[in-house]
Amino acid sequence: MIPASDPAPVLAMRGLTKRFGATCALDGVDLTLGRGVVHALLGENGAGKSTLVKILSGALRPDHGEMRLDGRPYRPSDPLAGRRRGISMIYQELTLAPHLTVEENVMLGREERTAGVLRRSESRRKIRETLEFLHHPEIGLDTPVRRLSVGARQIVEISRAIMDRARILVMDEPTSSLTREDTDRLFQVIRRLRDEGVSIIYISHFLEEVQEVADAYTVLRDGRVAGSGLMAGTAQDALIQLMVGRPVTELFPRLERRPAGPALTLEGLKGANMAEPVSLEVRSGEILGLAGLIGAGRTETLRTVFGLDDTESGRLAVAGGPAGFPRPWARIGLGLGLLSEDRQGEGLALNRSLADNITLSRLRPYRRRGFLSVRGRVKAASRWMEALRIKARDANQPAAGLSGGNQQKVALARLLHQEASVLLLDEPTRGIDVMSKAQIYDWMSRLAAEGKALLFVSSYFPELLRVCDRIAAFHRGRIVETRAAADWTEETLMAASMTGKAGA
Amino acid sequence: MKQRSNARTLLNRLAPFLGLILVLALFSLIPEVQARFLRPANFLSVATQSVIVALGALGMTLIIIGGGIDLSAASNIALSSVIAAYAVNAGLPLVLAILLGVLTGGLVGLLNGLLITRLRLVPFIITLGMMGIARGVAKWIANNQKIDAPLTWVNDLMAKSPHPPWLLVSPGIWLMAVLAVLLAAVLRFTVFGRHVFAIGSNEATARLCGVRTDRVKVAVYVISGLLCGLSGIMEFSRLTVGDPTVAVGLELDIIAAVVIGGGSLNGGEGSILGSMIGVFIMSFLRNGCTMMGWPNYIQEIIIGIIIVAAVALDQIRHRRGA
Repeated sequence: MIPASDPAPVLAMRGLTKRFGATCALDGVDLTLGRGVVHALLGENGAGKSTLVKILSGALRPDHGEMRLDGRPYRPSDPLAGRRRGISMIYQELTLAPHLTVEENVMLGREERTAGVLRRSESRRKIRETLEFLHHPEIGLDTPVRRLSVGARQIVEISRAIMDRARILVMDEPTSSLTREDTDRLFQVIRRLRDEGVSIIYISHFLEEVQEVADAYTVLRDGRVAGSGLMAGTAQDALIQLMVGRPVTELFPRLERRPAGPALTLEGLKGANMAEPVSLEVRSGEILGLAGLIGAGRTETLRTVFGLDDTESGRLAVAGGPAGFPRPWARIGLGLGLLSEDRQGEGLALNRSLADNITLSRLRPYRRRGFLSVRGRVKAASRWMEALRIKARDANQPAAGLSGGNQQKVALARLLHQEASVLLLDEPTRGIDVMSKAQIYDWMSRLAAEGKALLFVSSYFPELLRVCDRIAAFHRGRIVETRAAADWTEETLMAASMTGKAGA
Repeated sequence: MKQRSNARTLLNRLAPFLGLILVLALFSLIPEVQARFLRPANFLSVATQSVIVALGALGMTLIIIGGGIDLSAASNIALSSVIAAYAVNAGLPLVLAILLGVLTGGLVGLLNGLLITRLRLVPFIITLGMMGIARGVAKWIANNQKIDAPLTWVNDLMAKSPHPPWLLVSPGIWLMAVLAVLLAAVLRFTVFGRHVFAIGSNEATARLCGVRTDRVKVAVYVISGLLCGLSGIMEFSRLTVGDPTVAVGLELDIIAAVVIGGGSLNGGEGSILGSMIGVFIMSFLRNGCTMMGWPNYIQEIIIGIIIVAAVALDQIRHRRGA
């Protein structure tokens, strides 16, 4: 597929510099965006990606440097001015009104009207055309947005941008909460837009996806351009090296593991939200991966095991013994720990301190005659923050101010502090930066070597293949097959997850 | 950097204090009322008047930190006072009558907590219903009129000059102070306190961390109910009758005190000290305005403005801090 690129760039950014107090967020950044090109913007958290994008949108003004749009100077005073010049942003957190319908959302703020009366049929026709153009005619105009899947909501956002006649679309981590299927459909949409001459700035942590969809890239590091070029012929390791500034010796460390007896056994376990009963076994000192599409029942299995969902039938054994009362407090007592896939909604109490978040699941050591030692908790939390290299002011800082990667490390620190012996990890690396990911892999390997049992749910098959000892593929609520990781490939995992047949 | 952030947290902690000092300074500087306002006797009388709202605010702080709300607090106070008066008239020993009043408050709290956790309805709705139910039951028991009760030592609890005199201030003030310190310690230094904060901040996280959220919530409403019961006894002590129509709308004063003191209606934030300061800001304002001879409606307007301003300031500080 050859991008319909035009030699004259649609956007040229030259020498952009932006300071916030003492910190220099951007330092002389250049970026050239071709017409009809998907341009990946890469970099660790804090490298300056969001500052750059905010300057482009008009939300921030640069201290130095200039931007040209179609060769003409572009100095947006605010985001509205940016939108008028055809620059649309699609944020990680979607900005739709959940109670309004698709039509109302798309038309919000620019309803077509005659003398104050809505001209709905006109708008509806245009929206329908747009959705068809995006290959999503199945999205109903009268459906309230809250009933749509995350993937469909994204399409609604993109429709809104297209109706705005956007020529540059900025997408910030658009796939972080999409299933693989929805991701593929989004990529089709992106290619379609590109072929129509729309330019796309694509920000993502998923390097595989970036390589799949982007034509060109720019890597930022510490506010400067670390490298840029065409995506074709650039190896993934080279990109990581540009991002972290040093060679990638080993992203997936593997300490020696000696799997012992069963740590967790499910026999026909079925929870209230599970479609089918599931049987599986994890041994101490091994990492069992759960592969599958989103909605395949992996999260529900973990939640039932942890007692968050009610158990309907089947048996659960922890270390060969009875699993006790099916509630989180009882399961924690048996050494289980769950890392939630919903970091912000469930995983962390965002406005509470890191010390609170890390120690909440095991306060016993700090209790004396009913009273808690504040200092003891802060000290323990600080120790784990150091061990996991969590970047924060101190243990009293609220969790809300941390980056996604650091928040996830706080969630993991809680399980470590809890001294869980069976760790249920639900998408622990989703939407976080490469360095944090590497550290989480590192800890997983370390924990397995220490004899802990790990259940690892991920929709990103390459990491499963490199981290796990065994992998079970889920399809529609049941396990298709469990094999040693070495006996799976990305293709066979995908085939098993999609078709539900064990196959080759 | 670190020092600046410490200074900022200090400022955040002190903000409600500054509000109180501002109110005190305002009336101390007005010549007409200065002399009367600054008398220790006046301070004592303001403190005594604050006891009823303060006891309610202690429990409400717990509830609001836990992400809930209790609209039935004032009805509960009235019901408890009626039950105590009724029990005294029925010939029960005084101590037993008081205990019965307090336990009535606890029972209403228990019902609130159980209904909220079992029916999985928002606290606003359950306690809105309970507001009517408790008020109605109080009127029913009292036959829709005041219940007269003989004067006893109960009435000394809220006397302006304490009896016995070595107490220095009335027993009600002592009770309020001791309970405030106790609850502040419980919130800050106990597992239960941490759990209340965690539930208010993010209930799903709390459950994930093994907190038995339903139990904690029921406990919070029971504690708050008991405090309302106690507040009802104080009301009975002050009025010397059990009045089913007393304290109408007081729940809003109680909620306002918590909010002025930094409590967030989204849960997860608030402090006993802040709420107590909130109570006193409102009491001193009322006191000062009355001395100035300003009509009631002026007080209402000023307190309304203070509520909005306090919460707005809080928001601004938060946005800066984040």
